[in-house]
Amino acid sequence: MGPTVTPQPTDPLPGLVGFTVVLRNAGLAVTTDRVAAFLSALDALDVTDRAQTYWAGRLTLCSDPDDLPRYDQAFAGWFEPGRGGRTQVRDERPPPPPRLAALTPEDSGSGDEGSDSPQIHAKASGTEILRHRDLGELTPAEREHLRRLMALLRPEMPQRVSRRLRPSKHGGTDPGRTLRAALRNHGELRELRRRDRSRRSRRVVLLLDVSGSMEPYADSLLRFAHVMVRRAPGAVEAFTLGTRLTRVTRELRMRDPERALAAAAKAIPDWSGGTRLGEVLRAFVDRWGQRGAARRAVIVVFSDGWERGETDVLREQMSRLSRLAHRVVWVNPHVGKDGYAPVQGGIVAALPFLDDLLAGHSLATLERLLEVVRDA
Amino acid sequence: MTERPSNPAGSPAELAAALRSTGYLADDGLATAAYLAMQMNRPLFCEGEPGTGKTALAQALAQVLGAELIRLQCHDGIDASQALYDWDFPRQLLHLRALEAAASATGETLDADSVEASLYDPRFLLARPILRALQTSPSVLLIDEVDRADDEFEAFLLEVLTEHAVSIPEVGEVRAKEPPLVVLTSNRTREVHDALKRRCLYLWLDHPDLQREIQILHSRLPGLPERLAAQVAGAVRKLRQSDLLKPPGVAETIDWARALQLVGARHLDVDSAAATLGAVLKYREDADRIRVQLDTLLAS
Repeated sequence: MGPTVTPQPTDPLPGLVGFTVVLRNAGLAVTTDRVAAFLSALDALDVTDRAQTYWAGRLTLCSDPDDLPRYDQAFAGWFEPGRGGRTQVRDERPPPPPRLAALTPEDSGSGDEGSDSPQIHAKASGTEILRHRDLGELTPAEREHLRRLMALLRPEMPQRVSRRLRPSKHGGTDPGRTLRAALRNHGELRELRRRDRSRRSRRVVLLLDVSGSMEPYADSLLRFAHVMVRRAPGAVEAFTLGTRLTRVTRELRMRDPERALAAAAKAIPDWSGGTRLGEVLRAFVDRWGQRGAARRAVIVVFSDGWERGETDVLREQMSRLSRLAHRVVWVNPHVGKDGYAPVQGGIVAALPFLDDLLAGHSLATLERLLEVVRDA
Repeated sequence: MTERPSNPAGSPAELAAALRSTGYLADDGLATAAYLAMQMNRPLFCEGEPGTGKTALAQALAQVLGAELIRLQCHDGIDASQALYDWDFPRQLLHLRALEAAASATGETLDADSVEASLYDPRFLLARPILRALQTSPSVLLIDEVDRADDEFEAFLLEVLTEHAVSIPEVGEVRAKEPPLVVLTSNRTREVHDALKRRCLYLWLDHPDLQREIQILHSRLPGLPERLAAQVAGAVRKLRQSDLLKPPGVAETIDWARALQLVGARHLDVDSAAATLGAVLKYREDADRIRVQLDTLLAS
């Protein structure tokens, strides 16, 4: 195909809809009603004005500050004259569904092995032993079995008192219900109806260290986070800590664990890299913690506390975190091992600000963690 | 402000001019967003750092439209009776007792149905912000810090924002003659549900650039010397880049300039800055850090 000179001057519609397809491929949540809103926004504006077209799309098709750079890029690519963007992209349609990320090779490989090995199911006591095995030293078959066990976990959320009032046997009078009850007796007040503060789930924030030294545990911990997020999608936030901070809550909300993990892995740019724990924690507290995610929440940090840099930053950030949070729990896989002493720089710096230091290297210890979180 | 129908401006540029006359300086995106919100009858969802003028936008729009600004401040545990309407129970009970007393004096019997009907008379209805916005036209409804409310409340908002109507079981449906212009603000303390965002226009507000911030200072503080405005805006800009716990917003810039004016400073130097630092930095750690490097901050 040759370079098309402003195709379809009569009907700009296919071009505009094509643009939304590009955006969808770039990862924006472009739904049909958003496309409709985009078109009706253009209706109210001047389509021939580049700036107005830009804003019509940005206001209707974006929904998150992270969308904005991708939008800018796609807009420049699509509406820049002389790049031939239109024909090129339209030929690629139908676009691949963006969410259909394949399972990672390692996942599907070990999955096959798991179903091929019947001895796991045969051994009844195997489960009990597996519960105490170190998550970092499992064979692929054991790992597969553990996944199933993990899917059976039923985490309970810690509770807090809400400001919202619910009908109750105790508490202050509820004038509305009292009055309605009285009306049934022609206005005779026979009994007072009461209402009391209800209880709600307290927010739980999981911070998972995915640096190189935590690699053997990362997969299991992400699975654990998935179970938690799925249990209370509104009350659990999950982030990974590496060379940078990545929020994976949205990815982990997917129902299917394999797809959720694949999506999370895709979102994490710094898988098994280094850590600068203090600085990444600062990013968390600045961007999320102080604004609300950490306020009066239960914070669970999964990390071995290896800190390469100075520990001053880490100490300062842990202190901020402990002032914001309801409870700070540190989970370190090495705690459960013989001869462990909290002497690494990172953990020494963090220790004064912790409410609990737990092991979390096996399923049994993760269950213990769930108890601590529930009672927080 | 003159009373106008729904849209005082025929284009985003005209709206920007109208906003400027109220002292609110809007850039292209903001003017387009507000213009579209009026044209398409869609709520405007404003997100951004604290202090970038989200709430002020609603106030300026109300002024431009000659409309009443009705504000709903969201908080944890807010529910429909705080946002929509409630019945005035004490007065209802008094009314009931009065009916009974009157009936026993004249010896007639009360009919339960008519008693109930008289109790749920609109005069016992307490209109909370959302109902008030539907009943008032024109009006601008500001739903402030929606990220502080919980999920149930968002779901409830969806209904009100799409229907522009609420139904009260005892009274019937209340529908807005002219839908209010709705502005929602969020500081991103929590992710707001996509279903809510989808029904809105999404506007991300950044800190203004240097020139615009100087203009904002002049429009808010008319007597401010040119040089002081430029110095304050420049210093705030540097503060925002220096990795603070709480980077200053536009509101802090204005506060700082006003504080400097009040202490009689003609220009920004180390002494006047140190004396007024509390107007712009709100954390002890930030203030401690900046205080020792004030001279580098002010060197331009």
